[in-house]
Amino acid sequence: MNTIAIIDYGMGNLHSVSKAIEHVASGTRVLVTSDAAQIRSADRVVLPGVGAIRDCMAEIRRLGFDSLVQELVLEKPVLGICVGMQAMMQHSQENDGVDCMGLFDGEVEYFGDDLHEGNERLKVPHMGWNQVQQARPHPMWQGIENGSRFYFVHSYYVSGDVPAAIGSTQYGYAIAAAVAKKNIFAVQFHPEKSQHAGLQLLKNFSQWDGTE
Amino acid sequence: MGLAKRIIPCLDVDQGRVVKGVQFVDIRDAGDPVEVAKKYDEQGADEVTFLDITASHEERDTTIHTVEKMASEVFIPLTVGGGIRKVQDIRDMLNAGADKVSINTAAVFNPDFVGEAAARFGSQCIVVAIDAKCVSAPEDAIARWEIFTHGGRKPTGIDAVEWAVKMMQLGAGEILLTSMDRDGMKNGFDLGVTKAISDAVSIPVIASGGVGNLQHLADGVTQGGADAVLAASIFHFGEYTIPEAKRFMQAQGIEMRL
Repeated sequence: MNTIAIIDYGMGNLHSVSKAIEHVASGTRVLVTSDAAQIRSADRVVLPGVGAIRDCMAEIRRLGFDSLVQELVLEKPVLGICVGMQAMMQHSQENDGVDCMGLFDGEVEYFGDDLHEGNERLKVPHMGWNQVQQARPHPMWQGIENGSRFYFVHSYYVSGDVPAAIGSTQYGYAIAAAVAKKNIFAVQFHPEKSQHAGLQLLKNFSQWDGTE
Repeated sequence: MGLAKRIIPCLDVDQGRVVKGVQFVDIRDAGDPVEVAKKYDEQGADEVTFLDITASHEERDTTIHTVEKMASEVFIPLTVGGGIRKVQDIRDMLNAGADKVSINTAAVFNPDFVGEAAARFGSQCIVVAIDAKCVSAPEDAIARWEIFTHGGRKPTGIDAVEWAVKMMQLGAGEILLTSMDRDGMKNGFDLGVTKAISDAVSIPVIASGGVGNLQHLADGVTQGGADAVLAASIFHFGEYTIPEAKRFMQAQGIEMRL
């Protein structure tokens, strides 16, 4: 049976991610787990994340998931969500600077307290539904119209200029909405909260073989 | 092109049923909360807010169960409020599947709770609800609003705009602003307090209280500066659908998710 493991490192609610995958991928077994053996034996793995990066990275390292994820991405499809994507970058400016896993070249930066787009002042967190422009086709974008809206909630972002960006969104700056490399697809938005477009992305992940 | 303004239907839930009263009395039954939330999800609502208006201790398990069920069937963000007083209450709601919690009275009695909650769970899931009433006379040069607790019954003497700024500084990720003068009155948001708070804080503001028609929703954004608009009865009782509201707002130049 197709199994998807959602890595549980004690940060936030994983119920929504697992319920959303179950909703769209019938016949898929979804496990929310911190058991390395279970994670290793799954066909696909989700690295979620909410909250502050320092706490997330501290738990990821404490539980040995840093090296586990490095190993997993060589073998099977991995989906990073929100702080899970940020944790895959080199470094984050949050919490006075935190070193991350370094799976992608990219720095996680703060939007700032005085963000503007033209004359309009933008609120931070970037909270709500914004459009994602797909940089190129990818199996994970299948069935999702270019420019579809997804639900974002974050105060830190990865620049849309990173080489791995495969989706970008405008909010004061061009930000990376999605990055992709080999087996990894990671998104800044919350597919589990993004209704049709988000559910389609999760469905795509449940069938993705990790190639482009 | 950019971030869309949000429409948030609000479910006031009393003992497992959606209800809606006028200024917290005269309650009408509007259905099963999970069914109602599903309907709004299908219609294209941008989020759903669940306010537990009984919030007595015995009802907690019912609420948690309802939130769990809702989160399994609704794939848009879900905010839960009512009776959130301790870190454990927040943890329970997030674990049940809520994406955000709304803190109201507890913030007034213990502002540091907001800071503690934000540090623990992240600002992105901490909404501070402010129930404001106008306390200045119509002839006063400068309007003033104060915050009230206990469903608008108890004055606190705290200035609503200053309070919003303080909550933001403590780590709130969003403000849910309800005008107690307008709630259930269907004569539109209090645009004065909405604008005053929206200008004063750098976090998103949800306008609430008083929506009677679609123009009121649009005014909340264009005149009140709100990032999201919350309404209950105009949607619950079928006067308007979410798509109608979105098309109406978009026609006035507001960016919406259609």
